[in-house]
Amino acid sequence: MNKTLTILKHEFLNTLRRKSFLLMTLAFPLLGILAIVGYQIISGLDNTVPVEETVVIGYVDQTNSFNNYANQEKIILVSQPDHETAFGAMTSGEISQYFIIPEDYLATGVIIRYTLDREMDIPGNVAMAIREFLVNNLLTGQVDSAIIERVAYPMSLSSITLDSDGQISTNQGGFGAFVLPYIFSLLLIMAIFTSSGFLLQGLGEEKENRVMEILLSSVSPRQLIAGKVLGLGAAGLVQIVIWLVSARYLANMASSSIGGVLSSLSIPTDFLIISLIYFILGYLLFAVIMAGAGSIGATARESQQLSVVFTLTAVVPFYFIMPIMENPNGTISQIFTFIPFTAPITVIMRMGIAEIPLWQFAISITIMIVTIIGLLFIVAKIFRTFLLMYGKTPKISEIFKYLRQA
Amino acid sequence: MKNVNSELSAAVNVNNISKTYGKKTVVNDVSFTVEQGEIFGLIGPNGAGKTTAIRMMMDIIKPDSGYVYILGEKLKEKTKNRIGYLPEERGLYKKQTVIDTMRYMSSLKGVTADDTRLEMLLKRVGMLPHKNKKIEEISRGMGQLIQFLVTIIHNPDLIILDEPFSGLDPVNTELLKDLITELKNQGKAIIFSTHQMNQVEELCDRLFMINKGSKMLYGNLAEIKQEYRDNSVFINYEGDISRLNGVISSRQKDKYTEFFLDEKTTPYDILQQLIDKRFTVNFFEVGTPSLNEIFLRIAGGNNE
Repeated sequence: MNKTLTILKHEFLNTLRRKSFLLMTLAFPLLGILAIVGYQIISGLDNTVPVEETVVIGYVDQTNSFNNYANQEKIILVSQPDHETAFGAMTSGEISQYFIIPEDYLATGVIIRYTLDREMDIPGNVAMAIREFLVNNLLTGQVDSAIIERVAYPMSLSSITLDSDGQISTNQGGFGAFVLPYIFSLLLIMAIFTSSGFLLQGLGEEKENRVMEILLSSVSPRQLIAGKVLGLGAAGLVQIVIWLVSARYLANMASSSIGGVLSSLSIPTDFLIISLIYFILGYLLFAVIMAGAGSIGATARESQQLSVVFTLTAVVPFYFIMPIMENPNGTISQIFTFIPFTAPITVIMRMGIAEIPLWQFAISITIMIVTIIGLLFIVAKIFRTFLLMYGKTPKISEIFKYLRQA
Repeated sequence: MKNVNSELSAAVNVNNISKTYGKKTVVNDVSFTVEQGEIFGLIGPNGAGKTTAIRMMMDIIKPDSGYVYILGEKLKEKTKNRIGYLPEERGLYKKQTVIDTMRYMSSLKGVTADDTRLEMLLKRVGMLPHKNKKIEEISRGMGQLIQFLVTIIHNPDLIILDEPFSGLDPVNTELLKDLITELKNQGKAIIFSTHQMNQVEELCDRLFMINKGSKMLYGNLAEIKQEYRDNSVFINYEGDISRLNGVISSRQKDKYTEFFLDEKTTPYDILQQLIDKRFTVNFFEVGTPSLNEIFLRIAGGNNE
């Protein structure tokens, strides 16, 4: 037990001193702060320059009934006698664009707009101005002004998500709710693979440098692997805690300073707790697998190649991000939640969008724990058998043969 | 039933251990005892099963059958703290400094090494000035010396050295031999495993010779040599002594001639004749085969 602790401490401190680990751990919060500060600087610059100028729009009224309400906020509509004059005014720059109200407008509703600019879509303010101009001219004097207002702007929509008890749900969705799970699942997978990758690399190096047998003359394989897994796991935990805490502060900063689509950005506490639980489970799962791969491969590089198969399974949910996001409680989402390799990412993705039933958490976590314990037994055997085999990586058939004998 | 007392007083007691990988028996029913204060040779060609036998003694791998007593107790995890093992396949963390390596390795042996002992050891091998260098910055030979220091850092009662001289230059080889002799004089039991049999003749008191996993020879070095002695003498002389009585044949070697004697003649008879005939003799030795020759003789017989 004491020696396990010695190895744990050694691995933990060594990892914290690694440049790549420090860089990765600090990069995320620093980039976040940089992005927010950068946004503020740029938006600060924007505010000093008035961007919107008054737009002058020409129109040719072939019905002769649209004369009023030509002046709107920042948009002025100027009547043109005919098509050619309007075109001339546009080319000379008096008007920026023009539209024609055909004689049969009342029956068809067709309005034709002409412009010299290539546009992706009709600018919103222009469309709105034309619409308001038409509605006002059509209805003025016929109905109450309040009704005119409502016809022009029939609703100001606000939506509230309720939970099954009729209470206002803590998770109101929105842009933040969809972006956060994506970022968080990326962070989670990065943290898991940073630490378990160090484990793989460390074992490979100890085999390559031939430190392994010297270590094993002092400690048992079990002490060695426990010390390494826990030491690197502790380092990984430091990393993910730094990320989660800074993510929370960054989200608050972003939602208050940037606002707009990010105003709904906040990270609930249960989200943080679940992230931590799935980091620990995900890390243990992949650490055990990496330990197996690390003891089988002859060099660090060969071990890495062996482990890629498992690493890839972890990111499978990213390929199914659309079905999961669209239907967070659907079949695909549930299956991925119950497969231990894909569970960490899937759960985090789903968490942001929908409530995951408690029983699904229970099943998912149970399956993960059982898998980890089962793999631990297999890997312990692999470890003892292959740790001191140098020179070549055994074939898969050989691995099974040895396992049956062990 | 074996004598329990002898098992408890011996440094190492290996009893009928065997290990099989797949169809290949790597160690086959091997037994030997190593006493305190002796240098014990474990010799045999490459792939004979030496390292596997040692790993079973270190509890790194488990024997399929048989058992091992180390320092009077059945092997357990704590026993490792009393053994110093220098494996054949050895290395250190490249990025760690010499002094940190020694600190970490001794802590893994359950010992908090104080700096005075570490510096004393480094001074003994002349490496004190390098104590803050990283392992990757010192030469390979120096690295070997550090590995040896790491092996004895916790003052073990049993020291197992697997090919300790491989890759060492003559100066460091001599230094290491001196260190090993010092340890022996302190009463430590030392197991010295090698395929270079000439080194064994120089250092070892007793030996176990293994080939293809099985015992070939076991016992006192001098007695073994006596047993495998040819009836021959090595003589370096001046003049013509070809007409000695009782000589069957002779063989010219670098510095002397080996004379093979018939059954009735003893080396003493030859010496008497040389004195009687007043030959000038520079060198006279009763012919004993080298371990290498003994090995080849037995292995050759077994191979047929």
